[in-house]
Amino acid sequence: MGFENFGTVSFTTEAKAAEFITYLEQGKVMATRCPKCGVSFFPPKADCPSCLSGEVEWFEVKGKGKLATYTIVNYGPSGFENDAPYILALGEFEGGIQIMSRLSKDIAPSDIKAGMSLVVSSLKRPDGRISYEFKKG
Amino acid sequence: MADRKVCILGGGMSKWGVREASIVDMAQEAAKDCFDDVPALKKEDVDGLLFASSYCGRRSFQVNAAPVIAERIGIKPTSMCTRVDTLCAGGSSGIILATGLIKAGMADIMIVVGGEKLYTPQRWETYYSELASIDHDWDGAQGIGLPPPFFSMTAQEHMKRYGTTKEQLSAVSVKNRRNGLNNPKGHFQKAVSLEEVMASRPIAPPLGLLDCTPVTDGCAAVILTHEDKAKELSDRPLVYVRGTAQAALHSMSMNWPGEDLTDWVHLRTAAKKAYERARVSPDDIDVAQTHDCFTISEIIEMEDLGFCKKGEGGPFVESGKSDFGGKIPVNTDGGLLACGHPFGGTGIRQAREIVYQLQGRAIGQVEGAKIGLTHNLSGLNVEHTILIYGREP
Repeated sequence: MGFENFGTVSFTTEAKAAEFITYLEQGKVMATRCPKCGVSFFPPKADCPSCLSGEVEWFEVKGKGKLATYTIVNYGPSGFENDAPYILALGEFEGGIQIMSRLSKDIAPSDIKAGMSLVVSSLKRPDGRISYEFKKG
Repeated sequence: MADRKVCILGGGMSKWGVREASIVDMAQEAAKDCFDDVPALKKEDVDGLLFASSYCGRRSFQVNAAPVIAERIGIKPTSMCTRVDTLCAGGSSGIILATGLIKAGMADIMIVVGGEKLYTPQRWETYYSELASIDHDWDGAQGIGLPPPFFSMTAQEHMKRYGTTKEQLSAVSVKNRRNGLNNPKGHFQKAVSLEEVMASRPIAPPLGLLDCTPVTDGCAAVILTHEDKAKELSDRPLVYVRGTAQAALHSMSMNWPGEDLTDWVHLRTAAKKAYERARVSPDDIDVAQTHDCFTISEIIEMEDLGFCKKGEGGPFVESGKSDFGGKIPVNTDGGLLACGHPFGGTGIRQAREIVYQLQGRAIGQVEGAKIGLTHNLSGLNVEHTILIYGREP
């Protein structure tokens, strides 16, 4: 399958990085790396922006990251109204990987601190859609 | 042939706000106001039109809008007639492109019109369409469609790293809403107090309603030509396009290139280029219109445009250094916070105000202003665009 079931609202069904969704269904949040350039990409890119080669490798984003910054979204865009309020955060992971994602609803707003430890994990939403989110690391 | 020197002759605006008018109606109003501003110009002599708009295809269901507008303003372009999209910097991109065409002798007199019709009868569409302005496959799917969350994260980091306060953010809004009284065609002409900004309802903390530019309909227009023609058509002091730059990085909210979200590397890159090309330094700028889409944006722009040191944008604004009578008056006609932000129109509104300033005819005049700067950032901070204007070429 492609991107039609990804996130709260998805906008593209067909994209070359669709393998990301197959991995996400298996519980893995994956990034790509260009073996020639040694650069890693999240969101995963099917073709390297540096050398433009299509020979990228997939790898799982594992280990603990650090919360760089976050915000509480009180007014969601159209399609996200029922999700709000939700917390968006920027997490920094090993190898220069940066991920922007929601914080799990399990984390109490009072516990959120810049610099706190995070892991990124796949998320099956109650409506059957699939995404990823940050949990406490 | 040596490069020709390029001047902006004058500018105009439609009324900006929540408008019951189409994008083409407002483009026509702006063009008329602009033609009225340059009475010696016969509009039949305008040989090129650039129309800056990002959303006319989606919200007005009008693609290839430039010829439609040419027809509505009664001109028959023979050099160039096309649309430009750089989201929030579309108008500035149009001015840069027109400058290049005129400089190279590929056009003689061009009108650059820009703006948006953002309100539609279906209000939800406004918030849905915003998702098209980002990397919607990835960031959009997480619910970061509207700009405030991204800039709120930027503000949080600036507060943590440099000790910037909510009062300092609010000071930007107080100044710009007061300056909005200088532009009767802007969205708001009502000053707000520090207390009102501080207490305005939270949108994405620390940003409240009065920290954010409103959603606005409207268009603006300017006319550019080469120096010889400008001398023929106007008795006013000439205003030259001295130097321009546009720097884009591949970053969206992810893979950000700076040390953190407050580190606007691409703004510094664009600024360095624009200053070099204009042969000036930040200290030479007498008046500036910078992209205050959110209060935090103007604070970081003061730093990365070189008006103050990195991290000192908060105190710089709070102590009045960016106000009339300060080191460099910024957003003298109210900026985006008071005028609103119909994306393609903003860079042109800024140019109009700078032209008025350098010709000594602005409503809120900076005495003796000779060199002016405009700045836009686009989308979720993916691109920075700068133009420097001067009384000397």
